Amino acid sequence: MTGRPPVSDWATDFDHTDPRWTENPYAIMAELRGRCPIAHSERYGGLHAPMRYADVREIAYDTDHFSSKRVVIRENPPNVPLPSPPITSDPPHHKPSRMLLLPAFTPQKIDRLIPDARRICNELLDELQGRSEADAAIDYAQHIPVKVIAKMLGIPEAEGDRFREWIHVFIEDTIVDDGTSADRLVATAREMDDFFGRYAEQRRRDPKDDLISFLLAAQHDGAPLTERHFYGALRLLLIAGIDTTWSAIGASLLHLATYHQDRDRLVAEPALMPTAVEEFLRAYAPVTMARRVKEDTEVSGCPMKAGDWVMLSFPAANRDPDVFPDPDTVVIDREDNRHAAFGLGIHRCIGSNLARMEITVALEEWLRRFPRFTLQPGARIAWSKGPVRGPRTVPVNLA
Amino acid sequence: MTGKPARLVVDDDKCQGHNRCRLLAPDLVDIDDLGFAHAKGDGTVPSELLEKARLAVRNCPEFALRLETDET
Repeated sequence: MTGRPPVSDWATDFDHTDPRWTENPYAIMAELRGRCPIAHSERYGGLHAPMRYADVREIAYDTDHFSSKRVVIRENPPNVPLPSPPITSDPPHHKPSRMLLLPAFTPQKIDRLIPDARRICNELLDELQGRSEADAAIDYAQHIPVKVIAKMLGIPEAEGDRFREWIHVFIEDTIVDDGTSADRLVATAREMDDFFGRYAEQRRRDPKDDLISFLLAAQHDGAPLTERHFYGALRLLLIAGIDTTWSAIGASLLHLATYHQDRDRLVAEPALMPTAVEEFLRAYAPVTMARRVKEDTEVSGCPMKAGDWVMLSFPAANRDPDVFPDPDTVVIDREDNRHAAFGLGIHRCIGSNLARMEITVALEEWLRRFPRFTLQPGARIAWSKGPVRGPRTVPVNLA
Repeated sequence: MTGKPARLVVDDDKCQGHNRCRLLAPDLVDIDDLGFAHAKGDGTVPSELLEKARLAVRNCPEFALRLETDET
């Protein structure tokens, strides 16, 4: 079964894989907030989709009733567990596996990667120099996080196509069941483990300053990581570090290619960049996570049964007019911006400092090179579906 | 009215390490080796940094920051 029936009513038959949601979820979010702020569905065996900031926040904080063991909504999750600690961990296991990764992602550590990120961006931009048109997603945005995370992990960045393929299997291609999705997911995880295993072998003999060596040396409860923990964490870092940031960079560039006033203002006032980046993260937050209901509960009067899925849409929270005035307008100097793009509570995106740095550097370097770039007239934007939403094509004229 | 200077307080139980305060008020917070924020020194906010402190408070996604003044 590949084709799914179109959603009949968003409030009672919600499906985030419906092409209309993929194309433009914001209008649907606003409509739902007005009449049924927690949408639901019998699809996926039962699904709830809160659209208000307050509800998203409440669920993110309530680890007693909502489990993170599965963070991607799937029609047919594999029976084999594929834990990726700490994102798939609940308390009390969550904290120790998070603590061991945190030191590698502090802003101090990430700042040291800025020169590499600038070099990577400029090498990509050199390829575009002299051309009149390009695709800001395909030729630029998609490569930046691949190269940066490959460098951090200690794996060759030339394998980028393979990484993106694995990620596509994990978060897009297998979320709807076609009879083979669970098997393909497990096979892809094994392929990734084999890949990482070769580098782990080398690093055991010859440790380097990279995350594979870091994880090999890491201690959990006074012992080295189990194989399951080690490979799960590596899969997480690769999967979470690429499509997410690629989507944020792509959406920001799409915005600037479309809204020339904002583009010109950022070129003229580069000091505004940090504020603008937070606003792009708010308005175009790429990541939606999932939770499973642990025991029967209710949120804002909506009953939820044990085993139901909850779609935790940070993009919807970020467009809630109760928290963000004029939420559908991008205001690049928005001063009050308590956005939830990196999640809320104990599962705050561990790579948030890395993502923010990459987005900032990518936009700065692009604007330095192509300050007058524009979206091609009549351009059709292809959006990724599933838990990470971003433009996969952004055709632009460069001058 | 003038009273004692305001004090920035970071609630350790709420901070999740978003690091928004580090960007908005770098002179007022230290980030530890795990990425969590702590008020610099005793948290005293010089009057010229008051606006930055307020901005950091209003942008913390976890509501972990607050500004204590005489009135509070």
